[in-house]
Amino acid sequence: MSHQIILDKVNYIYGAGTGRETHALKDISLVIDKGEFIGIIGHTGSGKSTLVQHLNGLMRATKGNIYYEGRDIYDRDYDMKSLRSEVGLVFQYPEHQLFEVDVLSDVCYGPKNLGLSKKEAELRAYDAIKSVGLSDEVILQSPFDLSGGQKRRVAIAGVLSMHPKVLILDEPTAGLDPMGRSEILGLIKKLQKESGITIILVSHSMEDVAEYVDRLVVMNEGSIVYDDTPKAVFSHYRELEEIGLAAPQITYVMQSVREAGIPVDTSASTVEEALTELLRVLKK
Amino acid sequence: MKAFDSSMIKTDNLTYEYIRRDEEGNVEGITTAVDGVSLDITPGEFIAILGHNGSGKSTLAKHINAILTPSEGTVWVDGKDTSDEANIWDIRQSAGMVFQNPDNQIIGQVVEEDVGFGPENLGVPTKEIWERVEESLKAVGMYAYRKASPNKLSGGQKQRISIAGVLAMHPKCIVLDEPTAMLDPNGRKDVIRAVRALNDVEKITIILITHYMEEIIHADRVFVMDEGHIAMEGTPRQIFSRVDTLKALRLDVPQVTELAYLLNKNGIPMPVGILTIDEFTEALCHTR
Amino acid sequence: MIRDITLGQYYQTDSVIHRLDPRVKLMGTVLFIIALFLYKNPIGYILGILFLALVIKLSKVPFKFMVRGMKSILFLLLMTVIFNLFLTPGTEILRLWRIKITIEGLVLAVTMAVRLSMLIIGSSIMTLTTTPNNLTDGMEKLFGFLKIFRVPVHEVAMMMSIALRFIPILLEETDKIMKAQLARGADFESGNIIKKARAMVPLLVPLFISAFRRANDLAMAMEARCYRGGDGRTKMKPLKYKKRDYIAYIILFAFLAASVCLGRITMDIPGILMSNIGKAV
Repeated sequence: MSHQIILDKVNYIYGAGTGRETHALKDISLVIDKGEFIGIIGHTGSGKSTLVQHLNGLMRATKGNIYYEGRDIYDRDYDMKSLRSEVGLVFQYPEHQLFEVDVLSDVCYGPKNLGLSKKEAELRAYDAIKSVGLSDEVILQSPFDLSGGQKRRVAIAGVLSMHPKVLILDEPTAGLDPMGRSEILGLIKKLQKESGITIILVSHSMEDVAEYVDRLVVMNEGSIVYDDTPKAVFSHYRELEEIGLAAPQITYVMQSVREAGIPVDTSASTVEEALTELLRVLKK
Repeated sequence: MKAFDSSMIKTDNLTYEYIRRDEEGNVEGITTAVDGVSLDITPGEFIAILGHNGSGKSTLAKHINAILTPSEGTVWVDGKDTSDEANIWDIRQSAGMVFQNPDNQIIGQVVEEDVGFGPENLGVPTKEIWERVEESLKAVGMYAYRKASPNKLSGGQKQRISIAGVLAMHPKCIVLDEPTAMLDPNGRKDVIRAVRALNDVEKITIILITHYMEEIIHADRVFVMDEGHIAMEGTPRQIFSRVDTLKALRLDVPQVTELAYLLNKNGIPMPVGILTIDEFTEALCHTR
Repeated sequence: MIRDITLGQYYQTDSVIHRLDPRVKLMGTVLFIIALFLYKNPIGYILGILFLALVIKLSKVPFKFMVRGMKSILFLLLMTVIFNLFLTPGTEILRLWRIKITIEGLVLAVTMAVRLSMLIIGSSIMTLTTTPNNLTDGMEKLFGFLKIFRVPVHEVAMMMSIALRFIPILLEETDKIMKAQLARGADFESGNIIKKARAMVPLLVPLFISAFRRANDLAMAMEARCYRGGDGRTKMKPLKYKKRDYIAYIILFAFLAASVCLGRITMDIPGILMSNIGKAV
């Protein structure tokens, strides 16, 4: 199987020569395959946002190489614009980038920039608006009249309408209420399942990612600390605490139960798994 | 009607409506953000107000600081009616407010200058301003950063500066309107820790508005808002024992609470409204 | 990068210059600029540069840091030099096709470049060593007498102070929105002026909306903290002249006096240069 994105010892240094030099990424090597659902986790300033901005060429590595579908994106004749349409990036609080008079026009912005005709752009936009679960009646409304959750969906649709093969979302649930959070995450999972696009979810909430991702990359001070399944990562919950992170609460619940002498398997990473495991042990 | 001397904040049938207008300025409709809310908060209480986005909780909060005044009904803060213009500055001094966005409420370019902004407005003498700034920054654990530029701080640190800024005005009550919504988990913990300390040590009445369920477990009382009404009221334990109702209100419960609830549903006799991991483990051991 | 703009930024450290009363620094900056425009000969400029060097040294702000701030106005500087170099009539010393360079142009270009650089560095020392709050306090007090003419001195000072605080935040925001639109395939570079201007709409609309939202939030936060204009306000850091401020004033006026005496001696620099070139040839 061919790898979709390969990062080879990527380094990013800014403020060089000012005495306040910051090494934001240190020798990051990462292989991402088609259709994966990856979570990138780390506290503020760990380099996670910097990392994802390298994947679509918005930031340029100081050292190291990035390959997208077998081609070096730093090649002279590499078409950066097409990379940006293939690797879609939804920023934190993406609703702050909305600018058009109505939802449809805003979602059309991306496809139009790709040089598509008005009709084609609108078709794509319509599909994208539908796929984020918005109803027909919002299409001609001003995006600024919508609720916070709806605005965010419009912004995500604005990137989806470019038909990316990889979708990166930087803290897509920030500022939403609990239901809003699970709705957005459910939507992302559905997209990944149905359209098979690769999803990279940047987050600082372990509870959020545990339920959805297949693979978890943990970053700290510009380096990758763990790259494994969520369960395997959470088993290092003590080490995670040392770098200012924590496993989901459920991990601690299971640990505490086990320490109290009830022989449970502590690897559960979601409430459902914990329930199944506890019922198994308790009903014996 | 006069408020009781024993209440810090009292609202009677508080209703707030705002008028939506279309582009030409014609009235499009009236939205009732807060609808007939009556509550009574005694000094020293730690109150949490929960609710999904758009439930009216922020609108309610803005009434306590007299930023908004009711369309109908009355709000008394420390016995003073907020609708009376003459009371506004007293009310704003006794009920301080911390907002959601850490960047949009810091006025000073240096931490200590920002904390001093409130006392300056109140006309506090210079020497006392310095004392207040020092004690406030110490109370939130940010004294070491007093000479720093707010732009260089993390979100959680900025929020603690904002809390110090309110604290320096010597309020009796602090309203925090989703202070942690834009923070990462560490920042959230630090802010909540600082808020709890103010309640425990300084006995300041706290009204914390949030939708993070784990932040309310230390509250004395919780109000859950929906569509401008108070939909639920009780201790955190009482609130958390009604998992289904909370979910119907677009809210959630901490994982440990949900697990206990699900075990109970599956025939394991767990008590409802579990709040902490220790409680959970202890209860689970009892079922065996 | 946007974060490299240092013009108008405060550099945090502890130095004599940092501790000076903002009014001294304001007056100093004004006097320095006046002196700059008085100079008619190199002695003046040397005096000015020496004075500037002394202040920079005392301020403990790394010179590199100041120069970085100049980058953003490099274009302006370059334009001034080019215009003066090529468009000043006088004795021709070099001719490239139809473009001619005159000795007067050369002297004027160098003078302007030096003067402009000194002007910018000189005034940036003020902003680098004074917190905006302090600076606006200084202005408020220095121009306080205007209040009798109903000039809202306090309000203007407060507005400036807030504007300064939000500049870095809005710059960062611009950077963010720009990136977000680039990720949606925006192209801010290619095309003619009209196309470029239209490409800015997706950047400017969100930026304005954000600025208004912030202004609204901030106004609310200020009111919540009992802000009601300048009346009845006390100061956390009231301005009081100390001994060092009087000494600074003495030095300043001494500098100004020296500038007037030495810098105003008329010298025919192009003439002197020409005759020297003539001799060398």
